[in-house]
Amino acid sequence: MTNRVKTAIIVFPGSNCDRDCARGWQAATGEAADFVWHKESSIPDYDLIIIPGGFSFGDYLRCGAIARYSPVMNEVARQARAGRRVLGICNGFQILTEAHLLPGALLRNRDLLFICGDVYLRVENNRTDFTSAYQQGQTVRYPIAHGEGGYTISPAGLKKLEDDDRIIFRYCDAEGRVAPDSAPNGSLDNIAGIINDEGNILGLMPHPERLAEKALGGEDGRGMFQSIFQAVIGRGGL
Amino acid sequence: MFKAIVTVMFKKSVLDPQGAAVERALKSHGRSGLVSVRVGKVIELIMDAPNEAAVEAQAAEWADKLLANPIMENYTVKVEKLS
Repeated sequence: MTNRVKTAIIVFPGSNCDRDCARGWQAATGEAADFVWHKESSIPDYDLIIIPGGFSFGDYLRCGAIARYSPVMNEVARQARAGRRVLGICNGFQILTEAHLLPGALLRNRDLLFICGDVYLRVENNRTDFTSAYQQGQTVRYPIAHGEGGYTISPAGLKKLEDDDRIIFRYCDAEGRVAPDSAPNGSLDNIAGIINDEGNILGLMPHPERLAEKALGGEDGRGMFQSIFQAVIGRGGL
Repeated sequence: MFKAIVTVMFKKSVLDPQGAAVERALKSHGRSGLVSVRVGKVIELIMDAPNEAAVEAQAAEWADKLLANPIMENYTVKVEKLS
């Protein structure tokens, strides 16, 4: 069976959510994804490129700082510029900021702890290719597992994100209230996920792929994959 | 041969939770004049180059590209001649 949405999952040394992403994608869409090794310098065009979580290059120097110079990242940037969708999850988000495909940076968690557990997120903007399956303002539960997830950006950069409605997810409590103490990592303005100006690159710290099947204890993550699938199918490719 | 010492520190505007933790620990040993603590990184590059200026320029280029993230960090470069 040919896949209707061509999907690549980039694998770096130290990636550890690549297979989870493939499984989550398949659970939500019924389609398979290709694994692409980071050394590849020329890859076919994809409708969706996922940069998965993990500890690429051991998180040495800064999370994502070394991975962003892997050969495949030139291809990711090229396809992103062509409007193809790029989704960076956790370490993938860190790599996208280091590569300047998304603005800002991810800092050490406020309390210096690696935090692993489910969090609640408010969907701040469902008018994107990544979130259309959710209701505006819906509260979803995704797991996090990171030590460097505190988002930071200049005051001018933050204002631009807010003005352009590009903060897509904020940490909140179970009732959907966004309060400073509902960001477990001290993230600026409770930011958990943002999108680029053109709307085709999304990065977030929480892991939708880890709660995309009932057997895993929740299905809130399916909506992200279903949104992307629909966005691609609805437009007949790109 | 030269040694370039690249020191990378968080910008003043960026929260440094590690520095804050070390500061609390030091203060628990008695205050004795401590005002604040920041924690950064030191990266030593041993380089074969014609002169100090060339070493400094190369180290700065690498710092801009990889060793520091200008969004959250500043860096300084110091060059020493190795005997």
